[in-house]
Amino acid sequence: MTDQQTTISLPVLGEVSRRTAMKGAGATLGAAAFVAAIAPLRHLGESLTADEFMQRHYKELSAEDKRAVLARLEAETASEYGAEVRIGDLRPIPGTKFVYAINLSVCNGNGACVEACHRENNHDRATNQSYIRVLEMPKGTMDMEQGNTTYQHPVPADDRFYMPVQCQQCDEPPCVDVCPVEATWKEDDGIVVVDYNWCIGCRYCEAACPYHARRFNWKAPEVPAAEINPDQGYLSNRIRPQGVVEKCHYCLHRTRAGRLPACLEACPTGARVFGNILDPDSEVRWLLKNKRVFILKEHLGTQPAFFYFSDD
Amino acid sequence: MSDAAIKNQTDVEEPALLTYLGFLRRSLWLVTEGSLLYYAWMMALTAIALVGANAWAHQVADGMITTNMTDYVSWGLYIANFTFCEGLAVGGVLMVIAAYLYDDDDMHQVVFIGQAIAIAAIVMCTLFVTVDLGRPDRSWHLIPIIGKSNWPISMMTWDIVVLNGYLLLNLHIVGYLLYIRYRGKQPNPTWYIPFIYVSIGWAISIQTVTAFLYCGLGGRPFWNTALLAPRFLASTFVSGPAFIILVMRIMRVLGVYAAPPGPAQMLIRVIRIAMIINLIMMFSEFFTLFYAGGDHAVAGTYLFFGLHGHHALVPWIWTAVCCDILGTILFFLPGAMERGNIRIAACVLCIAGVWIEKGMGLIVPGFVPSTLHQLVEYLPSLSEWKVSTGIWAFGLMLITASLKLIINVLTGRLHQRPSRTRRRPPRSWLTQRLSR
Repeated sequence: MTDQQTTISLPVLGEVSRRTAMKGAGATLGAAAFVAAIAPLRHLGESLTADEFMQRHYKELSAEDKRAVLARLEAETASEYGAEVRIGDLRPIPGTKFVYAINLSVCNGNGACVEACHRENNHDRATNQSYIRVLEMPKGTMDMEQGNTTYQHPVPADDRFYMPVQCQQCDEPPCVDVCPVEATWKEDDGIVVVDYNWCIGCRYCEAACPYHARRFNWKAPEVPAAEINPDQGYLSNRIRPQGVVEKCHYCLHRTRAGRLPACLEACPTGARVFGNILDPDSEVRWLLKNKRVFILKEHLGTQPAFFYFSDD
Repeated sequence: MSDAAIKNQTDVEEPALLTYLGFLRRSLWLVTEGSLLYYAWMMALTAIALVGANAWAHQVADGMITTNMTDYVSWGLYIANFTFCEGLAVGGVLMVIAAYLYDDDDMHQVVFIGQAIAIAAIVMCTLFVTVDLGRPDRSWHLIPIIGKSNWPISMMTWDIVVLNGYLLLNLHIVGYLLYIRYRGKQPNPTWYIPFIYVSIGWAISIQTVTAFLYCGLGGRPFWNTALLAPRFLASTFVSGPAFIILVMRIMRVLGVYAAPPGPAQMLIRVIRIAMIINLIMMFSEFFTLFYAGGDHAVAGTYLFFGLHGHHALVPWIWTAVCCDILGTILFFLPGAMERGNIRIAACVLCIAGVWIEKGMGLIVPGFVPSTLHQLVEYLPSLSEWKVSTGIWAFGLMLITASLKLIINVLTGRLHQRPSRTRRRPPRSWLTQRLSR
C-alpha cells in the first residue's frame, strides 16, 4: 500500500488510504458474492466423501481396495435409495469372447428387450432409459434415415422390419480411443466397460460412437427402492452416479456367471442369440458360419461383435 | 516463469524475489485502480460473471439436465464457444509473426495486445471445457501421472497439452518482458526469443489439434472432413485479428493507448486473404455435400435448409453466411484501410459470422441427425447462456486488466522505484488523465 501513498487526492474517492479501505471492502464484498453464487455446490460437497474423491482407477485397485469400494457403494445405495443390494465384480472367464446375433426375420419389434434392459440395469424411471433402441424400417432398404424408433402402434406392421441396436462391443472401439482418462476400455471377453467412478463426463465417447450406444446421466437416476435390481456389478448395472457416461455391458454381472443377458431372456420371439464365439459348439458360432450375416456400418472399420442375420 | 529472470538480474540493493513480489503486488494494486468508467465496467463484468458462476453451480449440483443438451446432441453452446475461443487465442500469433519474423517495428509496439488476448482466450477455453464436464470434481483425472491420461491416443489429451503449453509460453513471454521493463533493464533474448519461435509453431498446432478432435470421428460424417483443420486456421486468421482491431480501437477511443496505423492495416490485409480462403473452403464443403448428396449431405441439409420440418439452425447459419459475405465486402472497401465505421462494421460482422459458423454451425450439425438418424434438435437453455456469458465476462475482465498492466509498464508509468527512500512514485496514467 505504501507504493501509492501519495498526496494526490482524487475528486471522487478522496485520499488514498480511504481508497485502500474501499478496495478492501470491495474485495471482501466480491468474495462474499462469489461464495453466495456458488452456494449450490455445498450440497455436492456434503455428498462427496473423501474416499470417493480420492478413489483410484478400477485397474489400479487392489483386491482389498475393491472390497472397500464395493462395500462403500452398497452402503451408499442403502442410504440414498433405501435398497439392500449386492455389488459384485465378476472378471472375464478365460477363453471367452462374447458375441451377440439378432435374427431380423424373427424380430417383430415388440420391445420386450428394451423394457427388460430398463429394469435389469436400474435405469432412470422417468426418462424410460434403456441401452436398446429398436428401429422400425421399411422393407427394401437399409437406410437408417427411413427408420423410426418411436413407433406407437401394434407390431409387426405391414412392410416393416425391426432392427434392435445397442452397444456393438466393437473390436476397434472409437469410444475407447477418444476417452481422455481411460475411463472406458475393452475387457478380455470383448465387453467394453466404463468405470463410473473414473469417468469425468466429457461425453467425447458419445460423440465418437457411430451406434448411439452411449448414454449420459444428465441427472441422478431415480428408481423406487422396490424396483431396484439388487444383483449388481461394479462395471455393469449398479446405479450410476450423476454426470457420467454409461452403456450396454452385455449384462456382464449375469453373463460372466453363466447366465444370459436380460434382453435375450425377455425376447418372446427367439430373435436373440448370445454366446461365446471361441466355443466351437456354440449356437452363435454355427449361425455366423452358416447364415447370411452383416454388421452395422461396416465401412467405419469398428469391427462390431454384434451381428445381424436373417433366415434364408 | 521469471525464476530465471530473477537469477539473471539479481539486484544488489534489493533481493530479486522481493522485487518480483513487489512487482506482483503493485500490478494487483494497479489493476484495481481506475476511473469511474473503469470501475463501472469491471463491476458490471464481475456481476455477469457471478451470474454465470451461480448458473454453473446449479448445473453441477442438479446435473446437466439444466442444459438443453441430450444424448442426441451431447455437445452444445459450451463446446461451440470453446472452439471459437481457441481461434481467438491463435489469431494473435499473426502479430507475433509480423513482429518477430518480419521485424515490423510498429507491430513490435502492439504485439502484446495479441498475447494478452491469447492468454485470456485460453483461460476461457479451459473454463468452457470445465463447465462442459459432468464431473468437474474429477478433473484431476486428466492430469498425467496423478490421474490417467490417454495420451497419445485421445485427441482431447493432445488438446489439453497444447492449450496449457500455449498458455505457459505466453505467460512466460509476456511476464518476462514486462518484468524486465518494470525493472528498467534490457531483456535478454535468450530468455524469450526461443519461446517466441516455439509459440508460433505451437499456435498453428492448437487449431490443428482441435480440428482433429472433431474430424477424427468416423461416425460423424459432417465433421469427418480433411478440410476442417485448414478451415479452422483460415477462420482463426479472420476472427482473431478482427477482435484485436476492435480492442485497439476501444483503447484509442478511451485515450488509453494510441496504436500506430500500420499494424491494423497489416492485419486487415491478412483478414482479406484469410476470409476469401475461408469462404472458398466453405463453398467447397457446400458443393461436396450437396452435389453428390447421400449420407454426408443429411447434416448439411439440416443445417442450411432444415430437414423433415426441423429448422432450428437455418436462421443461425444464414445469418453467419450473410455476416461473412457482407463483412468480407466491407473489408475490401478502401475505407476499411482507414480508421472509421466501415472497418469496425467489417470486424463485428466477421467475428459474428465466424462465431456462428465455427460454433453452433459446426458442433450441432455433427449431432443432427443422430448416428441412428433420429432428428432431435438443440438450442441452448437459459442456464447455458448464463454460464457462457459469464465466462465471456470473466475473459473480458482478464483482457482489460492485463492490457492496463501492460500499457502502464510499457509506457514507463509503472516501474521499479530506484531506491527505498523514494517517496513519490510516478503518477499513474489514470490519475494523470483525471487531473488533466
